[in-house]
Amino acid sequence: MAEQHSEVDRFFVREQMVEAMPPPGVRRGAGDWFRRNLFSSVPNGIMTILALLFLAWSIPPLIQWAFIDAVWEGTNREACLGPDVGACWAFVKAKFGQFIYGRYPIGERWRVDLVFLLLAAGLVPMAIPSAPYKALNALFLLVIFPVAAFILLTGGFGLRVVPTEFWGGLLVTLVVAITGIVVSFPLGILLALGRRSKMPAVRLLSIAFIELWRGVPLITVLFMSSVMLPFFLPDGVSFDKLLRALIGVAFFSSAYMAEVVRGGLQAIPKGQYEAAAAMGLGYWPMMYLIILPQALKLVIPGIVNTFIGLFKDTSLVLIIGLFDLLGIVQFNFTDSNWATPQTAATGFAFAALVFWIFCFGMSRYSMFIERRLETGHKH
Amino acid sequence: MSTQEGASAVAEEQARIAEEVRAMAAKDQPAIEMIDVHKWYGEFHVLRDINLRVKAGERIVVCGPSGSGKSTLIRCINRLEEHQRGRIIVDGIELSDDLKRIDEIRREVGMVFQHFNLFPHLTILENCTLAPVWVRKMPKRQAEEIAMEYLTRVKIPEQAHKYPGQLSGGQQQRVAIARSLCMSPKIMLFDEPTSALDPEMIKEVLDVMVDLAQSGMTMVCVTHEMGFARQVADRVIFMDAGQVIEQNVPAEFFENPQHERTKLFLSQILH
Repeated sequence: MAEQHSEVDRFFVREQMVEAMPPPGVRRGAGDWFRRNLFSSVPNGIMTILALLFLAWSIPPLIQWAFIDAVWEGTNREACLGPDVGACWAFVKAKFGQFIYGRYPIGERWRVDLVFLLLAAGLVPMAIPSAPYKALNALFLLVIFPVAAFILLTGGFGLRVVPTEFWGGLLVTLVVAITGIVVSFPLGILLALGRRSKMPAVRLLSIAFIELWRGVPLITVLFMSSVMLPFFLPDGVSFDKLLRALIGVAFFSSAYMAEVVRGGLQAIPKGQYEAAAAMGLGYWPMMYLIILPQALKLVIPGIVNTFIGLFKDTSLVLIIGLFDLLGIVQFNFTDSNWATPQTAATGFAFAALVFWIFCFGMSRYSMFIERRLETGHKH
Repeated sequence: MSTQEGASAVAEEQARIAEEVRAMAAKDQPAIEMIDVHKWYGEFHVLRDINLRVKAGERIVVCGPSGSGKSTLIRCINRLEEHQRGRIIVDGIELSDDLKRIDEIRREVGMVFQHFNLFPHLTILENCTLAPVWVRKMPKRQAEEIAMEYLTRVKIPEQAHKYPGQLSGGQQQRVAIARSLCMSPKIMLFDEPTSALDPEMIKEVLDVMVDLAQSGMTMVCVTHEMGFARQVADRVIFMDAGQVIEQNVPAEFFENPQHERTKLFLSQILH
């Protein structure tokens, strides 16, 4: 018997190939899914039960407050007074115009609407990869739209001039955030390349810029721009407060963006640079065609992180007297017409919801783009 | 129609290369000339007293133990590495700090790397057309036709629209060769092109290289494929400790090595 066995071990020639079979023991169905995902082990089961208890404890009161007990209609605080009143959505409804436009003159608000509309018209087809005319679309979004938006919002050319002091709400939030994003992305890339440059002067300047802006809090930057800067400018020279805030925010986020992009540049293997150089590509074509497309793809999560941070940091312009969405919501708490116990909570909930929609949208879109750019295994 | 045009374009290219090789040979201008070249990595003297003349159309195999400086040597030819002493003249142009001249040389010198270095974010076809379109300013359509011809020549035209990550190592290296050829280089450098490949894939790459060698291309190959060296090389150069120890025609080199170090090396790699 043993002899026979060793015989088998020594000589073997396969006569028939084994066909691929499905793995054993895979059951499908709801019960199996629960067992594998929610109760696969004792600690996992405990966590599942705790999470369910937490949801059962937190969700019903929230729904009760936000929907069932909420006040939807009303013209002043009277509607939202009472022992068991929930969210005072009537307040948001009454102040909605201010939340969106700030103190922008009511008769001119169509101009802001038009800007929002143009932005959407440019952004939506740009964001859909299969939409045609990408080059024209980019031209519209990066050249025509900013000029049009500037004229529409500030006035001139026959339009009534609206100083930026009157801007506010979501308008200011979007102006600051979008300018910050549009400036910081290319500037950050240039700074990241500069920091890795072989030219000492370029490298030193980039490092100085990045470390200077990264080393100070955004609040300090905004204070400096609004309080200190006028001291350094000659008498009679002043420029717009919003513009100063825009420059401060843009430079600030450029420094962060630069470091994110640098992380991506460092992750690109040396061989990619060498292959590009060996075929005679110069520095800029190499960066544009080979290195940056790969580096930026790698750091999409970091880039979007910076964008989202920037979007939320726009609220800090409040401290230099500009009213972004959150600022104008808070400002309206002081309106005695709407002073109720629920006003603040409702206002904050509304502001949080708006911020969340924008940030979550950016997050989801970036994940979509990441999946789209996936081209198989890395080297 | 289009493939015919592409085929004739490749034929024209080959005719052009042959013509250039003849012209250079007639002028007795070497394709590559290295005179008393030295290089240091920090304190480490990595290349010492390198004197090398490669004639147009000549096929050179460089071998030697790891760390002997053979990769550094060929990377100096297209200035991926900078030499600190001596002169290197490639295709009649001397390498110096002049970036313009370096790019001029790099346009005429193709390079194939150990790790392929294909661009993972571009398709195979885009990998092949990138340099002709951006460096040679060739119309995209024409570049694509030529690329398809070379991809056919390395026997993977059907992979043109895939990404490098979807190909096997041997296929990727053949794409890398086709990508270099699309620039119609006068000289091809190979830096251990089969060292990172699975054993079963080495032959498909070597076949392409043999085919290329037989078409008259000037080639400098760092490789340990001694069968390849015997078959196509005009000269084998053996390096150790940053210097050329011995060079000879393949038959003599393998049958009758002179230097003790060469004998030892050959006894280690030829079983």
